[in-house]
Amino acid sequence: MPSPDGTHPMPAGCVGSYAAGFVPPLLAPDRPTPALVAGPNGKAAVKRFNVYRNNVTVSLIEALAATFTATARITGEAFFRAMARFHVRETPPTSPLLFEYGRDFPDFIARYEHAQSMPWLPDVARIERAWLDAYHAGDAAGLPPAALSLIAPERLGDVLFEAHPATRLVRSDYPAVTIFAANRRSGPVGRIETSAPESALITRPDLEVVVRHLAPGADLLLSRLLTGVPLAVAATEAGRLCPTLDLSAAIATALDAGAFTAIHHGG
Amino acid sequence: MRTSTDDGSRLAPVGPRLPKHEIAGLAGTSFKHQHLQAILADDACGGFFEIHAENYMGAGGPPHAALARIRQDFPVSLHGVCMSIGGPQPLDKAHLSRFKALVDRYEPALVSEHLAWSTHETTFYNDLLPLPYTEATLARVAEHIDEVQEAIGRRLLLENPSTYVTFQDSTMSETAFIRELVKRTGCGLLLDINNVFVSATNQGYSALAYLDDFPLEHVGEIHLAGHAEQQDDEGDLLLIDSHDGPVADAVWKLYDIVIGRIGAIPTLIEWDSAIPDWPVLKREAMAAQVILDAHGQRTLREKIHAVA
Repeated sequence: MPSPDGTHPMPAGCVGSYAAGFVPPLLAPDRPTPALVAGPNGKAAVKRFNVYRNNVTVSLIEALAATFTATARITGEAFFRAMARFHVRETPPTSPLLFEYGRDFPDFIARYEHAQSMPWLPDVARIERAWLDAYHAGDAAGLPPAALSLIAPERLGDVLFEAHPATRLVRSDYPAVTIFAANRRSGPVGRIETSAPESALITRPDLEVVVRHLAPGADLLLSRLLTGVPLAVAATEAGRLCPTLDLSAAIATALDAGAFTAIHHGG
Repeated sequence: MRTSTDDGSRLAPVGPRLPKHEIAGLAGTSFKHQHLQAILADDACGGFFEIHAENYMGAGGPPHAALARIRQDFPVSLHGVCMSIGGPQPLDKAHLSRFKALVDRYEPALVSEHLAWSTHETTFYNDLLPLPYTEATLARVAEHIDEVQEAIGRRLLLENPSTYVTFQDSTMSETAFIRELVKRTGCGLLLDINNVFVSATNQGYSALAYLDDFPLEHVGEIHLAGHAEQQDDEGDLLLIDSHDGPVADAVWKLYDIVIGRIGAIPTLIEWDSAIPDWPVLKREAMAAQVILDAHGQRTLREKIHAVA
């Protein structure tokens, strides 16, 4: 463990001391160049070491920019890179798989001082993070839309749905899906006319990730079905919270989106 | 009685056996998804493609679909970037098993990794960081190479790094370090000639002297790439291994010399940033192919002369 001043207690000469000595300044611009490196013939190594600092910080900012393209388009590039730089320094990745990076970024945006005037921005970022999860998720065939019609009506309430590995749900108190869709592509962004809460269903039934805006109540239903709640229980709970829920339309949307892979009978 | 299925069992069913495409004597390029359609529409494309292993460590989706398609028609080289072989801490076992799974699934013609490190404790730095060359690091890196080769059941090609600093602690040259690694582990080498040129410029030694001292007979693949120019603290030239442009003339000259010495070794054009359209990238690979083919014809003429 690093000691309070950030230096590593590993003694010099130990095989690991070079790594422990090399990394503290990489993400801390105020720390000096490590004494263990130099240029050739004892030349100074400040700018030389800065190549590594720059590679680390810029490549991680670019990884976030590649994942959160709509977020970056909304904020503008300079704003986004400044915000991402803070996040990279505070929460660098812990996996060598960069497509896993950025899971904490939406929460960071939510508390980022300069993003407070855009309270919907964290939810747009959550949709983008879910989009990348869906992109890399396992492949599976979606449930055929007719599958439900084969089940006897008296047994329908016990049905359990198995989520497709790519399926994600993002609920927002803001029109996050409309804002995401308007900014994810490169065309002109018109005025966003809605202020209603929106929830996104993200699926990838084949190779293309699709983001859908769910009708009111459908998110409440699907969040239950995706976690293994039987259909009747999920419908009752969602209907109580949202009396305007259109149950059959919500299920049709989910089946059409390829949100499930199989149905099972509970009990 | 909900049946659970994890992602692993949902991978595409085992398809037809993968064809074995010969990679000897070929030039290739980094595989970029935006080029897939242009590559498939290009009847005159006969090279190989190299992928960064980490980009294909997700469970499924478009990356695997694209790679499976390319692998049907072309030799593929699997290039690991994040194994952290040059780091002091033990290898990440989960990462190693993901790497092995890719080797098993795609049966690549070549498998390579870097003499560098990128993870320390639990933080991943996403860069190829340098190490001092000492008896202690030599022993540790050799253990790591042994572990990788044991896991994948085949020879690994280890790539020489591009470096910007030296360590006060180093007690041996990079070439001596690499030569000893080959001796201890039986690994092969990926000679990145742009890295040789970048490091030689940055460290103030001769690239040709480096190549004279490099165990060329163990090279199984060559990398060529573009670099950028900056300045160090004294205002001297500092080269950056940027992979964002065409190969420099000086690197082409070194490449011609190396091929003259060791023959037509599979050669990759790396271009990972500011990626051009497919015809531009292909043109760079064709330039390498011309040098490879010229060597092959020279060798053939010499053989005919010897017989005649």
